[in-house]
Amino acid sequence: MPIPHIVPQIALVVGAMLALVVVIFLPRRLQAVGAPLALVALAVAVVTQADLAAGEGLLTFDRLWALDGATSSAAIIICVATGLVVLLAPEWLRSDARHGEYYPLLLLSALGAIVMAGAADLNELMIGLLMATVPGYVLASYHRRSALSAEAGMKYFLLGGLTNSLMLIGLTILYGLAGTTLYADFPSSLAQRPTAALVAAVGLVAVGLAFELGAAPAHAWIPDVAEGAPAPSAAFLTVVPKIGAFIGLARLLSVLPPEAVGWRPLVALLAAVTMTLGNLAALSQEDVRRVLGWSSVSQTGYGLMAIVALGRSELALPALLFFLLAYAVANIAAFGVVTELRGRTALSDYAGLSRSRPWLAAALVLAMLSLVGIPPLVGFAAKLNLFVATIEAGYAWLAALAVANTVVSLVYYLRVAAPMYFGTRTRPVAVLGQSAATSVALAVGGVLVLGLLAGPLLSAFSGAALLP
Amino acid sequence: MLTAAIFIPLAGALALVATRDWTARAARAFAVAVAAVPLVLLIVAWLRFDPGAGELFQLVEEVEWIPTLGVAYRVGVDGIALSLASLTALLFVAAVAFPAEHQGRPRQYYAWFLFLEMASLGLFLALDLLVFYVFFDLSLVGMYFLIGLWGHGDSRRAALKFFVYTLAGSLSILLAILGLVLATDPMTFDMAALIEQQPLAGTGARAGFALLGFLLGFGIKTPVVPFHTWLPAAHVEAPAPASTILAGVLLKMGTFGIIRIPLAMLRESFAEYAFFIGVVGVVSILYGALVALGQDNLKRRIAYTSVNHMGYTILGIAAAGGLLTGSEQARQLALTGATVEMVAHGLITGALFLITGSFWQRARDYEMDHYGGLARQVPMLTGASVLASFASLGLPGLAGFVAEFQIFVGTFAVFPWLAAIGLLGILITAALFLQLLQRVFFGELPSRWSDLSDLAGSEAATLGVLLALVVLIGVFPRWLLDVIASGSRLLLGS
Repeated sequence: MPIPHIVPQIALVVGAMLALVVVIFLPRRLQAVGAPLALVALAVAVVTQADLAAGEGLLTFDRLWALDGATSSAAIIICVATGLVVLLAPEWLRSDARHGEYYPLLLLSALGAIVMAGAADLNELMIGLLMATVPGYVLASYHRRSALSAEAGMKYFLLGGLTNSLMLIGLTILYGLAGTTLYADFPSSLAQRPTAALVAAVGLVAVGLAFELGAAPAHAWIPDVAEGAPAPSAAFLTVVPKIGAFIGLARLLSVLPPEAVGWRPLVALLAAVTMTLGNLAALSQEDVRRVLGWSSVSQTGYGLMAIVALGRSELALPALLFFLLAYAVANIAAFGVVTELRGRTALSDYAGLSRSRPWLAAALVLAMLSLVGIPPLVGFAAKLNLFVATIEAGYAWLAALAVANTVVSLVYYLRVAAPMYFGTRTRPVAVLGQSAATSVALAVGGVLVLGLLAGPLLSAFSGAALLP
Repeated sequence: MLTAAIFIPLAGALALVATRDWTARAARAFAVAVAAVPLVLLIVAWLRFDPGAGELFQLVEEVEWIPTLGVAYRVGVDGIALSLASLTALLFVAAVAFPAEHQGRPRQYYAWFLFLEMASLGLFLALDLLVFYVFFDLSLVGMYFLIGLWGHGDSRRAALKFFVYTLAGSLSILLAILGLVLATDPMTFDMAALIEQQPLAGTGARAGFALLGFLLGFGIKTPVVPFHTWLPAAHVEAPAPASTILAGVLLKMGTFGIIRIPLAMLRESFAEYAFFIGVVGVVSILYGALVALGQDNLKRRIAYTSVNHMGYTILGIAAAGGLLTGSEQARQLALTGATVEMVAHGLITGALFLITGSFWQRARDYEMDHYGGLARQVPMLTGASVLASFASLGLPGLAGFVAEFQIFVGTFAVFPWLAAIGLLGILITAALFLQLLQRVFFGELPSRWSDLSDLAGSEAATLGVLLALVVLIGVFPRWLLDVIASGSRLLLGS
């Protein structure tokens, strides 16, 4: 077995197990030791994955696992995002009796997202998806005595159970049609199969992935999780599984025979509905975390534009990877500010924040302006690439719709930003502590700097290919 | 050198945010000093600029940014950009030096001004479409916070309206930029290359859509009727120095953008639709003037004259791009006039808005009918207002006349009817300014203003510099015209 090809993934498993075993024997006050352990495991994974990325792309493990630029880039982005979430957690969970178990769950869910990104086989994709989601249920309902958290976990679980089973049915049909679950064989084995059955099968699989992406019609869990789950979990669940699911979806669609399944217009429609729905729903929210949740739905819609352009524009895959990176840092920065503010969430509680906590207010505004796509923040470069790819692919109407949506989105982001700066109420605002603040600072640093580094990053991503 | 002019204000803004215990006085002195640096650098650039050169862009600086997309940080100037950038630098010094109500937050106030100066200078000096767009958007952010944080009345709503309107415009520009750039191979955002290649020439509908995108975006920013509705709200609620920048600098971004991008890069389609653009210009001239005449609020009235004056500029630009060949002299005259109008309007309306600031600080009132007979009470304020008003209505010997004369002479050769109708605007403008002066400064002095104080030293000095330039350009415009005309000559061909 070519073990060296999955060293980064093994590092995550080992890290998770180690953290789990260690915390069993530690008293409650020392449970935070799981955080540095998790960070080490993630760092090892990033370094080894970067090393692997330097080599040629290849299909490995009997063609089950695609070790290509897309997998490596996604894995690195996932690990970085998870690392930022790990930094958010210690202070938030300080008084939680099960503090130590949080970190293994994060690592295992991140591993699942990476498996989704690298899967070159239907079973592998399903395993990755379940591995990302099942720890996610626990992460969402971690505060089991809090009704909101339990509700978030329960909604996540119910919708997840439904969409996962639909996806399994889709996989079964696809397997029946192709006689294989290996992507590498799909182009030949799926040719000349009945279109109706293919469309149904792919549609059912797409529903499963849409759940992970937070795309319509399976987006309903996102605002509830954003509002009710522990803030670090919300940061994690709205970012990390998405990254894996985007690459997984891209990889699956790219092996379908184009003449049999006209998936492009369908994905375009999905993108249009998702971004519009997310933005319109976000407009009327009175809760910052719900605003961020719905904004996360709309961001998925923008990301789907890159999938639409896949195969039509060379920029599509680099644009997708860059967008995922930009979204990850901006969204974690925003949820990080919420975490650092001890989860304060009502819109009115943010009034006057720029006077009592100027740096946190600035961080939240920068994160949100990046999500709008104001240059030179990283979100602008991301949107620019998406627009170029979409127009090149002949979907100028989708780009125009995304532009209209961007204008709408400005309104609700400013509904959060304006009271912070123009409001006058000032009273002491309690914050969590150093570790969460570090995470916010790192994420905001990314928002500020990565846009200026768009050149080198894009050329790094433009070497990425989707195997097979 | 141009790069330093752009980024030194940013460094100054960051320094202001980072310091903790500066007094308002120290912060202001520091901000004035920092804002003056780009002015000095641009005067040096002015001396090094060669109006007779054959190259359109001079003093070019270039650094790679996103090579995959053909984007680079490129800055440089032609005559038009140089004059507008210098105006920008001057107005920022004036706006920062003018006494301000920073409401207990002086460092942030001056930091946002310097940030906005960076964005404005960057926009006028950019030679790359993406860099241009970046600075265009940054200017929105800066102005949003200036209005929202230091405005009065319902400033939040005005700030939101401003941001949403102009962001919609800027995104329409972004789409148009992409439509334009995607026609190049290899892809490039380099303005000089795009002007040379005319990438959408002969593509019909696609060029039309790109032109529409640009005109919509820049039209909102300028603003032209019917996209002007954000302007009065933003002006009335904004603090006076911010209004000066909004009218003097930010509005120019719209008209400058039209000259720089669609007029230069979509020459064919621009000529095809120039008549309609001219019609929009004339509508703005007349509508702006008529609505201004109907305002009782001093600041609203001046705000609407901006719609009117920007209408002259649009008309001049339309005439300049109205033909592909022929009438070169007249078209160059129209473009030069349009640019001079931008400079003159920046100086004159900048001064007028500063004057409204003096009113607000003393009396907290913009209603013209609450005043009267101020001429004897505050002679210096009256003098400045009279001079600025006469300049604004286009009295010969002052800057506005030089501009409007050239615009109309040029336009008569291309669109005679539009020019004739547009001239009516000057009549209405004259009426509205004379009536303004009469209502505020002459007649009976209400007793409650009997202790109104005249201009303080810093106010008088700031207004004095701006109005001295207005007179200088009116009497001796050569130095300005030479530089601007070199730009219009190279842009329109001779």
